Amino acid sequence: MDKFTRTPIAEQDPQVRNHNFEEVCLGYTEEEAIQEAKRCIQCKKPFCRPNCPVSIDIPGFIKHIAEGNFAEAAQVLAEYSALPAVCGRVCPQEVQCESTCILGKKGDAVAIGKLERFAADWARENGIEVGKAKESNGHKVAIIGSGPAGVTCAGELAKEGYDVTIFEALHEPGGVLVYGIPEFRLPKETVVKNEIENLKKLGVKIETNVIVGRTITVDEIFEEGFEAVFIGSGAGLPKFMNIPGENLNGVFSANEFLTRNNLMKAFRPEFDTPIKVGQKVAVVGGGNVAMDAARTAKRLGAEVYVVYRRTEEELPARVEEVHHAKEEGIIFELLTNPIEVLGDENGWVKGLKCVRMELGEPDSSGRRRPREIAGSEFEFEVDTVIMSLGTSPNPLISSTTDGLDVNNHLCIVADENGQTSREGVFAGGDAVTGAATVILAMGAGKDAAKAMDEYIKSKNN
Amino acid sequence: MYKIVEKEILAPNIFSMDILAPRVANSAKPGQFVIVITDETGERLPLTICDYDKEKGTVQIVVQSMGSSTKKLAAFEKGDSLKDFVGPLGVPSEFVSEDLDELKKKKILFVAGGVGTAPVYPQVKWLHEHGVEVDVIMGAKTKDLVILEDKLKSVAGNLYVATDDGSYGFHGLVTNYIEDLVNNQGKQYDVCIAIGPMIMMKFVALTTKKLNIPTVVSLNPIMVDGTGMCGACRVTVGNETKFACVHGPEFDGHLVDFDEALKRQGQYKTEEVKKDEAYKCQLEEARK
Repeated sequence: MDKFTRTPIAEQDPQVRNHNFEEVCLGYTEEEAIQEAKRCIQCKKPFCRPNCPVSIDIPGFIKHIAEGNFAEAAQVLAEYSALPAVCGRVCPQEVQCESTCILGKKGDAVAIGKLERFAADWARENGIEVGKAKESNGHKVAIIGSGPAGVTCAGELAKEGYDVTIFEALHEPGGVLVYGIPEFRLPKETVVKNEIENLKKLGVKIETNVIVGRTITVDEIFEEGFEAVFIGSGAGLPKFMNIPGENLNGVFSANEFLTRNNLMKAFRPEFDTPIKVGQKVAVVGGGNVAMDAARTAKRLGAEVYVVYRRTEEELPARVEEVHHAKEEGIIFELLTNPIEVLGDENGWVKGLKCVRMELGEPDSSGRRRPREIAGSEFEFEVDTVIMSLGTSPNPLISSTTDGLDVNNHLCIVADENGQTSREGVFAGGDAVTGAATVILAMGAGKDAAKAMDEYIKSKNN
Repeated sequence: MYKIVEKEILAPNIFSMDILAPRVANSAKPGQFVIVITDETGERLPLTICDYDKEKGTVQIVVQSMGSSTKKLAAFEKGDSLKDFVGPLGVPSEFVSEDLDELKKKKILFVAGGVGTAPVYPQVKWLHEHGVEVDVIMGAKTKDLVILEDKLKSVAGNLYVATDDGSYGFHGLVTNYIEDLVNNQGKQYDVCIAIGPMIMMKFVALTTKKLNIPTVVSLNPIMVDGTGMCGACRVTVGNETKFACVHGPEFDGHLVDFDEALKRQGQYKTEEVKKDEAYKCQLEEARK
């Protein structure tokens, strides 16, 4: 194989995996990882690194893999990222680090994500302890939310010696990693649980079932002696289209559908939570969450359509996810927009009324604006509709915290260091930006940790 | 884990549990609810709060065992622990933030049906403790199913009991009793707060609409997380979609689309049965 071709990686056969919830990608073997790592030419001034939101020393960890020193590779990753096994799986590397890899100019970029995953998995499987906390400095900090932003912020502060407590609203830590991203992309029992365990080993305490804004307030957190608070509560509120028929039985938000399956494990018969999938499912939307919902519905036995109003080129989902979805038999109805959900006499979905679209001039996002083609309405028969139109931040915290500013989209206003309008309160991740990626949230959590450290140090001087 | 410090059978298939959950007890207000997960494989079960004790750090729930999850919960005894207990959820009753002097001038009627009596109690108690005396109608199918009568009697102004079969108190439905009080006994009410089965709340709202009494109902639809994430609890109120978990659970009863809400309640019925059967099959396979 020449040096411009990526080492292939094993995946479950599409026709097998679309009936199970096992992981799609099987990961590199040691030999494959070394072979792929050796393709990295170890640029003196690497172009990959500036495109990583947490600035991982990419050539550094790859060099260790190339030399067969996997534990050292994991150690390098741990210095920069609290969640390497997660990021290696769900980061959009193709638009970040890998997009500027010098090899990509002539051939395939180095498989940075797959190598990151390899090193992190190897460390877990071989029981390598990574990351150490400094001696306790006695200062208490609180983190709200145990998703990517919160976990990263907590990990960074714990390493600095802070006494860190995470308040998590759900019964399971991990945020979107446990309720949103499905098992077949991100195994919970092995990968996610291990990352959370690593955090606990750093001394971080996690209190589940605490809904800030209901169970306690930010003010009460300060009263409990915490000196700074980080809000990483994500963007959990599902959007709907506000079209007729949306409250019929059989219309679900992708959040509901995925939460039932991922967090509540509805796909396993011994778990009590029910899930309804139907025979023929339309998933409305084109993001990663839409792909997750579609592929989950397929695995539960349905015929699945993704309905999206623009073309394949504009699909916000990662290319890899779209590719996997197609392999698994998901059918794409592009340039199509629903205008009404049709119901039967008992209040159940029986179809979706759609209109065909065409692309017009580019809008503010730079993407060409879709517009309806007059007279192109048509109906198609489905018994389940899953709305996957994005999410927005939950106002539970902002509405119960005096002096915490939010913008028109209910996103918490924070500067690049995560500082909010209220002293001692920091925020980052989807709660600030609206729905984005795991790695951007992690970057924000990391930046905020640094600012919180400086804030507490300056206050105590 | 959340310890069950007390359990009491109130009626056939209806029991109360006092759960040790200091954070929830400390923040709970009338009108709010909790979510319980019994064990590792349990679902998130929304339940009403019947009482709370900030000193002891306990929250009391009252449950009627009907489906598989409530039956599972019923098997837990004093001393056992529940895996998860989260809350308080939802917006507190509106009167909690109203001006007390204004509130004292109001004539308030509570209508409680079945286990809906449980969440009515903390509301009536709160009002009683703040010097507001209210009338309460509590309805049950039959005498055996009348619960919390003494508890309510100690905090209510007038307590009226109705049974469908006439085995105790007024013979008839709560709606008949409302009409009787207003039309025959000269009672006047400025506001009615009704909590009970969805079908009861629908007919109470229809009755009070006729009688021109503004009415608040407390909805208990299907939900998963209870924090606004899933949207399973969507309900149409005055042509607008609301999430019962974060915008409610209390809404203007004259604006709620009860027919839609009733249909949505049955959404997972067949799946729950299927799930139950699939699990039984799996257990049998394992035994072989």
